[in-house]
Amino acid sequence: MGATPFLRMENIHKRFGPVIASAGVNLEVEEKEIHALLGENGAGKSVLMNILCGVLSPTEGQIVFKGSPLRLGSPREAIRHRIGMVHQHFMVVPNLTVAENYVLGHGSPLRVIRDMKQVSTRIRELSHRYGLDVRPDARIHDLSVGEQQRVEILKVLYHGVDLLILDEPTAVLTPQEADRLLALLRDLVADGKTVIFISHKLDEVMRVSDRVSVMRDGKVVFTTRTAETNPRELARMMVGRDVLMDLPRAQTSPGRVVLAVENLSCNNELGLPAVRGVSFEVRQGEIVGVAGVSGNGQSELALALVGLLPAASGSIRLNGEEICGLTSSEINHRPLSHIPEDRHKMGIVLPLPLTENVILQRYDQAPFSSRGMLRFGEITEHTRDLIRRFKVKASHPGEAIQNLSGGNQQKLVVARELARNPDFLLINQLTRGIDIGATELVMQEVLKQKEKGKAILLISTELEELFAICDRILVMFEGQFLGEVPPDRARLEEIGLLMAGNREEAQRLHNRAGAIEA
Amino acid sequence: MDDIVTLGFIATTLGATWRLAAPLVYASIGEVFSERAGVLNIGIEGVMLVGAFAGFATVFWTGSLALGLLMAVAGGALMGLLFGLFTITIKADQIVVGAAMNLLGLGLTAFLYRTYFVSTGRGVEIAPSLNLPGLSDLPFVGEAFFRHNILVYGTLLVVIAAVFILHRTSFGLTLRAVGEHPKAVDIAGRSVALYRYGAVLIGCSLAGLGGAYLTLGHSNQFVEGIASGRGFIALAVVVFARWSPIGAFFVSLLFGLFYALQLQLQAQPALHIPYQALQALPYVMTIAALILVRNRVDTPSMLGVPYRKG
Repeated sequence: MGATPFLRMENIHKRFGPVIASAGVNLEVEEKEIHALLGENGAGKSVLMNILCGVLSPTEGQIVFKGSPLRLGSPREAIRHRIGMVHQHFMVVPNLTVAENYVLGHGSPLRVIRDMKQVSTRIRELSHRYGLDVRPDARIHDLSVGEQQRVEILKVLYHGVDLLILDEPTAVLTPQEADRLLALLRDLVADGKTVIFISHKLDEVMRVSDRVSVMRDGKVVFTTRTAETNPRELARMMVGRDVLMDLPRAQTSPGRVVLAVENLSCNNELGLPAVRGVSFEVRQGEIVGVAGVSGNGQSELALALVGLLPAASGSIRLNGEEICGLTSSEINHRPLSHIPEDRHKMGIVLPLPLTENVILQRYDQAPFSSRGMLRFGEITEHTRDLIRRFKVKASHPGEAIQNLSGGNQQKLVVARELARNPDFLLINQLTRGIDIGATELVMQEVLKQKEKGKAILLISTELEELFAICDRILVMFEGQFLGEVPPDRARLEEIGLLMAGNREEAQRLHNRAGAIEA
Repeated sequence: MDDIVTLGFIATTLGATWRLAAPLVYASIGEVFSERAGVLNIGIEGVMLVGAFAGFATVFWTGSLALGLLMAVAGGALMGLLFGLFTITIKADQIVVGAAMNLLGLGLTAFLYRTYFVSTGRGVEIAPSLNLPGLSDLPFVGEAFFRHNILVYGTLLVVIAAVFILHRTSFGLTLRAVGEHPKAVDIAGRSVALYRYGAVLIGCSLAGLGGAYLTLGHSNQFVEGIASGRGFIALAVVVFARWSPIGAFFVSLLFGLFYALQLQLQAQPALHIPYQALQALPYVMTIAALILVRNRVDTPSMLGVPYRKG
């Protein structure tokens, strides 16, 4: 036995009814290190960290922190022990100001709030000290996601922590913002703090962490110094087998134009301009990517293309036919498929069985329906076929789709849409919230469609996803396309600048790169 | 027509406006508390009836106005406790429980009234007008603003107190957060359930007080269903006022004006409008207001959504 570590979590078990989220986790974290916690979605990272910060209590096991056992009944007690967490879904209240959020839950409830000035001053001091631009009087709902995250981080620092936990902090940031965050983590460690950093992005983990622990199936399966490992080993540990880091891609030359969008504008549901005059084409046999920080009009663009959001102006031509202005059911009868952004809201109906989810758009068409009656034999056969071809893990076609994991739900959605044999395939977030195994499979299927000559538009906030399968990437910012970039990881910085709306800087970078090549 | 709109008519109408707005002010500001914390209580009509009856019965038996008001508040709070038990602790659907509260309030008060009072037919003494020396005798403004009873003046106190509590105390801050992002409050270490109970109890106590105004400040009798939809109008007032107590006060006055106008106009034989049409005025305006006001920005995000930990 060496010296007692800063933090030791021993044999942590957590069960939610029959579901086992932690199956005997052991984790050791040393003082003043950045410890990355890596794992696929559902591996149990968030649950473990929620136990550590007092949100959840473990079914079994114990935590030793700074040499003494830690029993937490609530997040308040965690804060008292100087443990703070920045949650993946922000814990700031949108209708309050930054300063109000910082005093929320502190002091007696009957207290009259008089010291807001003092709070604001302290926020300004801290914001200056850590180089985090946070305005105490701003209302949260007026802030961008990146700003809200700064507010969150500073809130934890405001209450004073020695151990800072961040859950997937870079998921909502541009590459530049992510860089700044990673640099901040280094500063915090230099300042004497210890950081646990949850991620499923290998490159970040490699770049910023001192040590890394990999979780799989509710257990830590591997812990090592980051310098002594490599992305391939980490990926293998995450999945439990070797994964293809780069998918083999067949070279296809784009054919005729399938989708032509001209000067398309539309408003979001609040009536504010969301898409502002975009024009682009998607040809047979190509995958066009749309990159951007979420909330820059990508969702509205997708909805407008399938007729779910009326276009304010512009034209959308599919195989030469104007489809702008058609109803979504009319568009549904065109050779167009849509894999929506949020499968729970738009892709599937959770309590319904797989069979009924498979025929959601085609329930009234042959062969699934005949004279107004559903033909269950055909439907079940078709569902079975999709389950087999896409390796969907389901006990039987009549099972409610909510019993499936996210990855298997998405596989079924992709299977359903591809089975319609469309000319144009619109995909919004292909791999969001699904594991590496499923990611690989759906990406390969989409690449196969491209080889078959389909035209594909892939909207994604995950640059890795775009790099993996796209032929070219359009970068969207505030409803416009700021530029087109080839899917070359060397151009990451340029894409990042475009995502942040900095076209001039991106152009300069591009020219410089061009000059070096020449 | 010119004999209708005289200075006297205006003064009387203004005075009546405030008086008729009073129950709405209490009920709607109460509902602002409840809804700000994320609890939609459509049962305040029933709560008002309980308040109206409890206040009436207490004054009938004891003759004490103060005790009557106290019992009205207690009756309202008791209804609130029941509502909270089902919606916050048991997490039943707020609309269904709210509908049940209305039926309970109507049925219970009618039953008790018929059992104990229907044969007596005797009323109670209503809250006396507090005529402020000097001010009440001023022409016009005296009639409009200074010849009211304590419950009418009390509406001002309630607005000020509500603004102070919601915006100047730690309790109010947390309450506003509970309706918007309960999980954040939970993580900040406060009990979401406790705050929701607090908000519902405040809401129902005020609704009870609003009900008591009907029997102790307005008419001197209890009548079955005496709230006659005011609880529902208060719900509309809250939406119209965008969940602000000051807004709720002024919107209540607006509805009070419609009530006052329909009463005043009924008394004008020169106007050949059927009185039923005039009586419908406040209700028509409620529907109109709800059609006109469509906003999602101010609506507490978690309104009507039970909070589950974890």
